[in-house]
Amino acid sequence: MTAAVIQSYHMAVRDLRAFVRQPFYLAATLIQPVIWLLLFGKLFAPLMEDTHTTDSYIGFLTPGVIAMTALFASGWSGMVFVVEMEQGTLNRFLVTPVRRGALITGRLIQQALSVVLQGLIILVIALATGARFPGGVLIMLVFLACVALIAVAFASLSNALGLVTRSQESVISIAQFLVLPLAFLSSTFVPRRLMPDWMSTIAGGNPVNWLVEIGRQTLDDHVDWSFVLTHGAGLLAVALVCAWLSTLAFRVYQKQA
Amino acid sequence: MSGENLAIEVSDLAKTYPNGVCALDGVTFSVPSGTVFGLLGPNGAGKSTTVKILTTLTRPDSGTARVAGCDVLSDPAQVRRHIGCVAQSSGVDPAATGRENLVLQGRLYGLGGGGLREHVDGLLERFGLSDVAGRLVKTYSGGMRRKLDVAMGLVHQPRVLFLDEPTTGLDPEARAELWREIAAMAATGITVVLTTHYLEEADELAGTLAILDQGKVVAHGTPESLKKALHGDSVQVLLNEPPEETAARNALSNVEGVHDIVVSGREIGARVDAGADNAPALLSALESAGLRVASVTLSAPTLDEVYLRHAGRTFRSVQEGHIR
Repeated sequence: MTAAVIQSYHMAVRDLRAFVRQPFYLAATLIQPVIWLLLFGKLFAPLMEDTHTTDSYIGFLTPGVIAMTALFASGWSGMVFVVEMEQGTLNRFLVTPVRRGALITGRLIQQALSVVLQGLIILVIALATGARFPGGVLIMLVFLACVALIAVAFASLSNALGLVTRSQESVISIAQFLVLPLAFLSSTFVPRRLMPDWMSTIAGGNPVNWLVEIGRQTLDDHVDWSFVLTHGAGLLAVALVCAWLSTLAFRVYQKQA
Repeated sequence: MSGENLAIEVSDLAKTYPNGVCALDGVTFSVPSGTVFGLLGPNGAGKSTTVKILTTLTRPDSGTARVAGCDVLSDPAQVRRHIGCVAQSSGVDPAATGRENLVLQGRLYGLGGGGLREHVDGLLERFGLSDVAGRLVKTYSGGMRRKLDVAMGLVHQPRVLFLDEPTTGLDPEARAELWREIAAMAATGITVVLTTHYLEEADELAGTLAILDQGKVVAHGTPESLKKALHGDSVQVLLNEPPEETAARNALSNVEGVHDIVVSGREIGARVDAGADNAPALLSALESAGLRVASVTLSAPTLDEVYLRHAGRTFRSVQEGHIR
């Protein structure tokens, strides 16, 4: 067990180094959230605020934009496995005694940390454009931890897809086609009470919605901790199940070798 | 030879891929410890599959294989501790520096601390990479990458090192350098398994070799014994004009020690036992049959001929019309 933990750490350090060495990649992943906040947010702010849907639409939008950014970034995770298969790096790891699980968890740790970093940057942008989060630091930290969980879940699915299909196109498609529907089927853009009933029902079971609503607690003076804890536990369960699925995918990959 | 002294024992390996391609059809060979073993064969002969099974990347359908005394099927984790592997497609991480690649590789084997640092420095020095150790690998030349690949295969001091086409794409100087390195490794007791397309590479380095063709071992032995098994030297005679094939064959059939006669256009090829002694008789037999000789070449058997004899079938069957 300790060997697996140490190896996961070394694999995560490797991925984090590569992440830090591509500042342009980080910058590129922040273009979309900035567009959502500054263009989409400013465009709909008068509408949402005049109808008293929310006091500050930018603040309302921020948790959802952080969630979408995490989904997009982690949805690409499987691409790295496909590239490493092609360049032989994955096989080079597999001929060593490294625990197979460490290859997965190392990457998940890197994904989790990098989406938290992206989340923090988006928060700073939101604060600079006038958003306020009276809920306090603790709920903000819990929200960011939940962002890490959804990234683990989504990166796991992306990894599994990459390992099983061995095709970059499949991974791109999941990242492209899942993120927006999941965001629209949540309260990212409007509160659930304004959604059509069927959408609101789906949103109730959508982990992305759980995440966004936990994030929205940061806007409130009074945090509903029982809501946060139950839905946070739900996100943890989703992340664990998805991570387990991606280790199964690894076995499939090795059998096909 | 007892099992103790064998680095690799492969018995009756078979594997058919899910798409129906039969990659291995009963492969058996063994490799003595501390030797260089060459695995030759045309593309698709089963070399890569054999190496994948021996390095625990895939499992055979049947048969057994032991590497460094450990069974690849029942104890793959132990096999992995003892092997180093330099794959055909470079496994180095282009987004990391040379030193980071080596250190990570060592860590995956449980090495660490000052010992690992010193060892990594030693390898960088030995492969002439010290100056570029801090540079990202994506800026390396092909030759530098290959050296780093080999260094990474050695980071945990393996007992068996697999080198899959290690000199493909290297310039002659880098190739010669790597050959010296491989020979030096074998001298320190590492067993080296070398798959290669280059016959002179196998001839130069391999103590024993196996030729694979269509998933079977078609020849297995030392380069010398395989060449001897061809019986005699090769003689190529160029005539002034194309002979009547039967006339040429009749003229040579009674000459002592001549066999494997091939007539093609103006050329007659044959194998001659003790070529230097028997070639004059061959030439005079041709002259007395009225066939004028333009030139003659006598050469000792080469590994190319061994290879063509055993594995040329696939190649030849494609171009049968051309040969006959």
